[in-house]
Amino acid sequence: MLTATELTFRAGHRALIDGVSASFEPGRLHLILGPNGAGKSTLIRLLARLLRSAEGAVLYDGHDAEHWHERELARRRAVLSQAVEVAFSMPVRELVLMGRYPHFGARPGADDLKICDEVMRFFDVSAMADRSYGTLSGGECQRVQFARVLAQIWRPIEGATRHLFLDEPLTFLDIRHQIDFMGKVRSFASQKDVCVVGVVHDLNLAVQFADRLLLLDHGRVLADGSPAEVLTEENLRTAFAVTPVMLTNPATSKSHLVFESSSELR
Amino acid sequence: MNARRADLWCLVLLFLLMIATTVASIRYGAMDFSGREMAAAVWGKLTRQPDMPLDQRIFIELRVPRAILCLLVGASLGVGGTLMQGLFRNPIVEPGLVGTSSGAAFGAAIFYVFPALLQFNLGGLTLPVVACAGGVLSTYLVFALAHTKREGRSSILRLLLTGLAINALFLSGIGFLSYVARDPSARSIIYWNLGTLSGADWNSVVIVGVATVGGLIPALAFAKSLNALMIGEDEAVALGVNVGRLKWTVLTINVLMVAVATAFTGVISFVGLIVPHILRIVRGPDNRFLILGSALLGGILLSVADLIARVCLRPAELPIGIVTAVVGVPVFLSLLRSREYLS
Repeated sequence: MLTATELTFRAGHRALIDGVSASFEPGRLHLILGPNGAGKSTLIRLLARLLRSAEGAVLYDGHDAEHWHERELARRRAVLSQAVEVAFSMPVRELVLMGRYPHFGARPGADDLKICDEVMRFFDVSAMADRSYGTLSGGECQRVQFARVLAQIWRPIEGATRHLFLDEPLTFLDIRHQIDFMGKVRSFASQKDVCVVGVVHDLNLAVQFADRLLLLDHGRVLADGSPAEVLTEENLRTAFAVTPVMLTNPATSKSHLVFESSSELR
Repeated sequence: MNARRADLWCLVLLFLLMIATTVASIRYGAMDFSGREMAAAVWGKLTRQPDMPLDQRIFIELRVPRAILCLLVGASLGVGGTLMQGLFRNPIVEPGLVGTSSGAAFGAAIFYVFPALLQFNLGGLTLPVVACAGGVLSTYLVFALAHTKREGRSSILRLLLTGLAINALFLSGIGFLSYVARDPSARSIIYWNLGTLSGADWNSVVIVGVATVGGLIPALAFAKSLNALMIGEDEAVALGVNVGRLKWTVLTINVLMVAVATAFTGVISFVGLIVPHILRIVRGPDNRFLILGSALLGGILLSVADLIARVCLRPAELPIGIVTAVVGVPVFLSLLRSREYLS
């Protein structure tokens, strides 16, 4: 369980995040939506405590993480950032093993190595284990990074929720891998001690995979709830200045959104 | 793991190579010593014989400390380079980047040109102390100017650019001082700016040794955190690294090692830049290996360079900075071309 109360984050005089309160439950996949500049990445970074906010609180399982040791926090929350740039290329296996850094001292244990093998299999990157990261394509890099991030919180922790934060994880993936990736996140998030919070741009993927949506606009919460509650015509018009049209796929009877730009400019 | 074992073998190999170059370095020079002469000199020193022959005294009081100082200074520069490249996540960084060596060189230039400005005299230690003070001062200036209240993503970049600017300022200061200097001091400045180990004695070995070992041990303790930093500042924080503390510690270690080394030997360029690269090309970027490896390889490279500097124009000497570049650049360039290192 993750709770944010009255979070505010300012850059200079401008509030990038302005009094956001929300809670994120374990066993659910939460996605944050919003137009460019709405503060989605800032909110994710605040929730993951990559950024510290002067105002408001972020509670992990009801505890203020303020006084935790960085490593303590790293054992129960992992973060996949927008674009990870690796300064010096290294073998894929070593990079994935970094996900276990918070768990071992000088040398990785047998368990750490086993977990790496498991996550690499989960993300279909085992075949590249010995390749140099610098030789991978953008999509392959993203999958390796995700394997690294999941290695960090792969095993349950007694008495604590594991938190996973995803900041636009789909950027470099083709459509097949986007769907594949969201399916894997979905199945990881269905564990009852895992809380996943992500930022995505694709509203259709959000409808398809998310349990709960949080719609941000100008650093404030515009709507919070199930996809049906959040993705209303009015909300989308306010946030994105587009008019949604809901179409139903006759084969699967699933709903899909298409958009017309609004004639009225905000 | 296999990679671990290969790293270990590589370190053993480097260690043996270091022993070999050190032996060559004490054997050859303006005057060559045979194995028997070397043994006699060491024996004479150990048994404290009162009237050692002059050449034995030269060996014990000059040649041996010079060889050891080479290892220590090379280790400091190599480790400093590894730390700085890791910290700035940038392969073109060298240990002097945050202003340390240009500040030290400026201090030395003042010592040579305006000795009257210095209100104290510590004898042989005056130059090292002034240079070290210059190095610490310029580094402090870089940090004070780069520091802003808001800790942001750009702080490392700001530090890097501020370092470049302050370096340029101090280099122009050195340029001015050598321009107004009269001939002997101008030559001293030039000589010092190219580096020399001719001032080596046991005293400098002890001081540089303390700085080198005192920097190396904490550097090893932070190697894993530096690895995490390779994938980004945010990522390192997400992996549980206290990045703020990491930055300050690593920079402090670097200033300590580089300022002290530079203070006794002048500015020796290029070693800190290429040593980490050579090791990364051969064995990859794991800092746990790189830090130890660059201590050994830095020492080796500097010993070889110093040997060449002493032998090729003997009995005269070349400034070592000229040799490090002439020896280091071809090795470096050929390694760069032979592997897919920069892909």
